[in-house]
Amino acid sequence: MKVTIEVNGKTTTEDVEDRTLLVHHLRDTLGLTATNIGCDTTSCGACTVLLDGESVKSCTMLAAQADGHTVTTLEGLTGRDGELHPMQEAFREQHGLQCGFCTPGMIMASVSILKENPTPTREQVRQALEGNLCRCTGYHNIVSAVIAASGQEVDR
Amino acid sequence: MSVMGTQVVRTEDQNLITLGGHYVDDLREPDLIGAGHVMFLRSPVAHARISALDVSAAREAPGVLAVYTAADLDITPAESPTAEPFLARDVVRYVGEPVAVVITEQRYQLADAAELVDIDYDPLDAVIGFENALADNTLLFPDSGSNVVQTHGAEFAESTFADCEVVITRTIVNQRVAPAPLEVRSGAAAVAEDGRLTLWLSTQNAQIARATVAGALGLEPTSVRVIAPDVGGGFGAKIGADPEAVVLGWVTRTLGRSVTWTETRSENLTSMTHGRAQRQTFTIGGRRDGTVLAFRLEIVQDSGAYPRASFLPTLTELMSSGVYHIPVVEAASTCVVTNTTPIAAYRGAGRPEATAAIERAMDVFAIEIGMDPADVRRANFIRPEEFPFATASGANYDTGEYAKALDLLLESAGYQELRAEQARRRAAGDVVALGLGVASYVEITGGDAGGESGKVVINRDGSVTAFTGSSPHGQGLGTTFKMMLADQLGVPMDKITIRHGDTDEVPKAVGTFGSRSLQFGGSAIRQAAEEVIAKAKELVADLVEAAPEDVELNIEDGVWQVRGAPSAGAISWAQVSEHAGEVDLAADVWFSKVGPTFPFGAHLAVVEVDTETGKVKLRRIIALDDAGPVINPLTFRGQRHGGLAQGSAQALLEVMNYDEDGNPTTATLADYSFITATELPDFELVEMETPTTRNPLGVKGIGEAATIGSTPAVQNAVVDALAHLGVRHIDMPTTPLRVWQTLNEARRQSA
Repeated sequence: MKVTIEVNGKTTTEDVEDRTLLVHHLRDTLGLTATNIGCDTTSCGACTVLLDGESVKSCTMLAAQADGHTVTTLEGLTGRDGELHPMQEAFREQHGLQCGFCTPGMIMASVSILKENPTPTREQVRQALEGNLCRCTGYHNIVSAVIAASGQEVDR
Repeated sequence: MSVMGTQVVRTEDQNLITLGGHYVDDLREPDLIGAGHVMFLRSPVAHARISALDVSAAREAPGVLAVYTAADLDITPAESPTAEPFLARDVVRYVGEPVAVVITEQRYQLADAAELVDIDYDPLDAVIGFENALADNTLLFPDSGSNVVQTHGAEFAESTFADCEVVITRTIVNQRVAPAPLEVRSGAAAVAEDGRLTLWLSTQNAQIARATVAGALGLEPTSVRVIAPDVGGGFGAKIGADPEAVVLGWVTRTLGRSVTWTETRSENLTSMTHGRAQRQTFTIGGRRDGTVLAFRLEIVQDSGAYPRASFLPTLTELMSSGVYHIPVVEAASTCVVTNTTPIAAYRGAGRPEATAAIERAMDVFAIEIGMDPADVRRANFIRPEEFPFATASGANYDTGEYAKALDLLLESAGYQELRAEQARRRAAGDVVALGLGVASYVEITGGDAGGESGKVVINRDGSVTAFTGSSPHGQGLGTTFKMMLADQLGVPMDKITIRHGDTDEVPKAVGTFGSRSLQFGGSAIRQAAEEVIAKAKELVADLVEAAPEDVELNIEDGVWQVRGAPSAGAISWAQVSEHAGEVDLAADVWFSKVGPTFPFGAHLAVVEVDTETGKVKLRRIIALDDAGPVINPLTFRGQRHGGLAQGSAQALLEVMNYDEDGNPTTATLADYSFITATELPDFELVEMETPTTRNPLGVKGIGEAATIGSTPAVQNAVVDALAHLGVRHIDMPTTPLRVWQTLNEARRQSA
């Protein structure tokens, strides 16, 4: 079937097999490989993208379900002349990533968190990130990154 | 000012935070355009004879390029009674064992084709659990006559505990856990026109992977190139090449087409090696004044279906007496095979198990003699003046300040106040019990004798390219090595490139595991830079017509000059490189002089346990991890954070379970209790630096240390919370159900 999705500001129209997951459509059809696949049970959040500005796990929806919607992936966060989004900058400054595999999903989920709650507490960030798994960082610096991106002081 | 020891943001991050990095499944190399997709068909049963295997229908399915089984493979594993096949031939020995491999044009055709493969399994009794394995009623390898595949260690003497006033024996389980890196296993393979095989592999060491694959395929190592692109975590489970990687190489050569493979998470949880899986029986004996006189550790190592784990319990034995000067130490191990996923390295690999045993034993001993666990530890620490210290189990510790570490930790944490709070809450009958868990640890890093390669090249433009045999996959070693080179050469970090993970660029290397990389790889880079400086000195002397001893490198400005002369006539690295002529200004070294080092530390965990529900909340974890001088505090702390999370995860939540038929019951991330942000507190780190004498950097490894300390600290805290109710031990993971059951049992016994 034909699927039209605005991805990172560009309109894309592609023929896809009905069963194509959004994440495979992004990675394999559109070549946007930042979005990763870390599990097959919607548990890890590595594939988190923004659908109409809200975070979704792109392994849990079909490309067809995104027809007519807008999708933002990690690639779409960076400004046109390469300037980093405050969340990208905060992850780097706070050492919120190690192997980097959870990072695209973690950053997209974090962007969504601040949209809902612009000045969360560390505990609120932890609760909001429950659906995003990281094996390397122990989450401490990821929480710090979200706090930093919110403009609050990181005190630990 | 030197960059060493300052907080430097990682140079690796730019690519990861903008493009999401380039892991194997992201690769769009020309050689992989149109690559076939690969899926392994895996055994759904734990132990069975394959009575029929029909792939004919699958071969006819849409998009199928090939389906191969063991019958098609013309490669065999090295001869051994317990040899692990590349694809199972007659018998399957664990759920998840590869039986066939399907290759299709498109990704989604794999599952369709796989459904058409017809395999009949005649079930055999499954060997699950330590007792079953030792009983030898059912054998995994009948020709070998036993499920025991290795015995090792000390003889136990009858007199060992003769002089002790108190002797306690307890059997505990260090449970099986899944390493679960966020990136599952992944590989791609292509053959060039000249027949040369290239493998892209998510591995911790491309060079060892190449040796394995080339050996298995009967190829010269030079006919194989292995590339480790970005690797999404390893934790020991991506050391070298698994059988699947060998099959990928075979498939691409046989099919004459490039192929790509990424397993699913559910495959990963049953088919990538697991870690830990020891049953430990310890006996601790000593005097009522707190002196421990003897310690015995008897290990049964569950190796899983194929013995890859034999090195684990011997490391546990080596480190069995921990940070204590115990006059008599006896440790021995038995490795058994069971119908479960093979066991191999997982963050710490043998040392967390040792620390868990001795640190539980110290607590059990403390409560028996009525002493504070911290005081019992103080009474038995190896003293600073005793180093280097040869342990009764055969280790030779380099440096350590164990008492100082514990004192500093407990002071920072407010231990006395916490004990007072605990007493108040117990007196008030608080249903939420406070527990404090102390663990002092020492571990061994760089314990292998492998050495490492390092090559430093000064390019014509004065920039620097360094090639390392280390294979960082999240540790930030690229940044660390740039800092070291900037410090030595005076070249700014943004003019330095670090290359790793490609056997064409770095043919000889050992790689990254066992917290070895800074000690070996870092020392190699340092030595190579020193040699480059020595060569440059000659070249500069020639350029300025001075004696070599009269020229010096001005690190501050990154230029060479004549000693005492104005910097106006300074020579740049580019000029020196130019003057080297045809030959590169470079040094290529193999560093192997380093001996193992012994990082140490102390952790305190503070938990709250709801005595009505059994739920444990980790309230605080305070960690002191001493690995000598720190080059980049940012990544040093990051390594500790990750270790604290994985150690806490094992203590609180994570376990890979099987039912009695060998079916894994935690085989998806929906079932496996992978620790999340909500279950962890902010980490509190305390700093101390005690250098080693065993390498020029004075450094010890930090990759695994915090896992090793935190696991028993958290477990001890849970038990401590309930000690006043008669609880003396709870096996990990200390899940609500297990805590609640243990509490009920303790209440029944005291009633």
